[in-house]
Amino acid sequence: MNTKVKIAGVEFKNPITVASGTFGSGMEYDELVDLNILGAVTTKGVASVPWAGNPTPRIAETYGGMMNAIGLQNPGIDTFIERDLPFLKTKDTKIIVNVCGKTVEDYVEVVERLGECDIDLLEINVSCPNVKEGGIAFGQNPNALLDITKAVKAKAKQPVIMKLSPNVTDITEMAKAAEAGGADALSLINTLTGMKIDVNKRTFAVANKTGGVSGPAIKPVAVRMVYQAANAVKLPIIGMGGCMCAEDALEFMMAGATAVAVGTANFNNPYATRDIINGMEDYMTRNNIEDINELIGCVR
Amino acid sequence: MGKAKIKAEIVRQDNIATDIFSMVISAGSIAKNAVPGQFVDLYSEDGSRLLPRPISICDADKDARTIRLVYRVAGKGTKEFSGLQSGDKIDLLGPLGNGFTLSDKKAILIGGGIGIPPMLSLAKTLDCEKSIVLGYRDEEFLANEFKPYGNVYMSGESGTIGIKGTVMDAIREYGVTGDIIYACGPTPMLKAVQAYASEHDIEAQLSLEEHMACGIGACLACVCKSKDVDDHSKVKNKRVCKDGPVFDAREVEL
Repeated sequence: MNTKVKIAGVEFKNPITVASGTFGSGMEYDELVDLNILGAVTTKGVASVPWAGNPTPRIAETYGGMMNAIGLQNPGIDTFIERDLPFLKTKDTKIIVNVCGKTVEDYVEVVERLGECDIDLLEINVSCPNVKEGGIAFGQNPNALLDITKAVKAKAKQPVIMKLSPNVTDITEMAKAAEAGGADALSLINTLTGMKIDVNKRTFAVANKTGGVSGPAIKPVAVRMVYQAANAVKLPIIGMGGCMCAEDALEFMMAGATAVAVGTANFNNPYATRDIINGMEDYMTRNNIEDINELIGCVR
Repeated sequence: MGKAKIKAEIVRQDNIATDIFSMVISAGSIAKNAVPGQFVDLYSEDGSRLLPRPISICDADKDARTIRLVYRVAGKGTKEFSGLQSGDKIDLLGPLGNGFTLSDKKAILIGGGIGIPPMLSLAKTLDCEKSIVLGYRDEEFLANEFKPYGNVYMSGESGTIGIKGTVMDAIREYGVTGDIIYACGPTPMLKAVQAYASEHDIEAQLSLEEHMACGIGACLACVCKSKDVDDHSKVKNKRVCKDGPVFDAREVEL
């Protein structure tokens, strides 16, 4: 049975990675999950300097999902390189570093620093709905997305994955802009902007007022957008958005994803990645599937 | 250390006050490893409620390998847990967080509302002279169980329990003194304890609460403000679930 897949020439032992921000740099989950079983670890967004993030409350539960406005708190690239990366290098898994910034220069600075590092892929976060500058500003305008993709590609030493926002009218336009800018792969979807009001306190459930909604409640939107993007561009896609179980992961692959990221499910079950990997292998056995690549985009 | 997620069996559950439940769970290694001040995550069986509910450990029986949780029904998740009966199963992750750092100094234990339960295992474990101050709204629970471990002083907002007022009113009224404070309760209470400890120049350990997702320090949802730049985060934020929930009163801003 072959479960190996390739994203921009990088071979994953299986299609499962984690969604940025749900898994730190893997250190905390290492006590519960064997990181060596993962196709790749995708890190929390890393900026050029430490970011403090948003005030609390930063999260709220929503029906069949959750809303977060963490605000990309991170310790910055120096700490990432000194502390988190050496830890990840002890694991037999691919490393996708998620990069965030407020300006094009910020992104490029982090990408250049990572150019000297032994990592596998860069994931450019142009779709975080919870920071005032940067983030989604680049992810909702095709021209801005084209420009930042070009700027990052000009300096990147590793293949570049552009992480797209679902908070757009036409996802195919954004996918095409990233492809035109030279992106090597796409990941989608980031969270959907939402709002929740606490009626007893008559206030917003998260301090940022709005937050990004994730979890199985948004999965049909994610599968639809993966399908549309996969049929609009030639780039490999990491699909994500509410993947809770093996069937969900297979759904993303059949819609056109080459790999699948598990996010909110980690909070509901810290063993979610392991369970999904095992479940996908069981599905392949039951259905006599020799190569998991047969499933990618098989539903048209 | 040694945390795990297990499917655990409920040994018994009792409704001990209005909306307050006491649940004993057969928890294997989690019971064995738990220290006072730690908590567990409980998971709902209902797919519409994805996030675990963090609940402090009220007591752990290392021999019977059980933990006891005393919690308030505050929403649909805790409502679901309150319906579980002996023999039912629940998904449980723990033990989580750091717990209290035990000292042999003369202690004041302060619990407010649903912050009272974790003080019970602490009261049992601490081997020193101790005063126990419990603050309620208008209905007492667990107070009798503290009595074997120290002098118990109570306050209540309605005036029907102990001193009318807050735990700080009880401390002043009864002249409670000590060289270290351990406290768990609502943020306004912890702020008052923090101010009192600073004023009297005594050590205080505060157990904080914040909305959590992962429970293990990865997602950065449950941060609190720290006075200095934190070594892990590199900003003035600490993780309540991992670096806490217990903090030295001098290191956090409430």
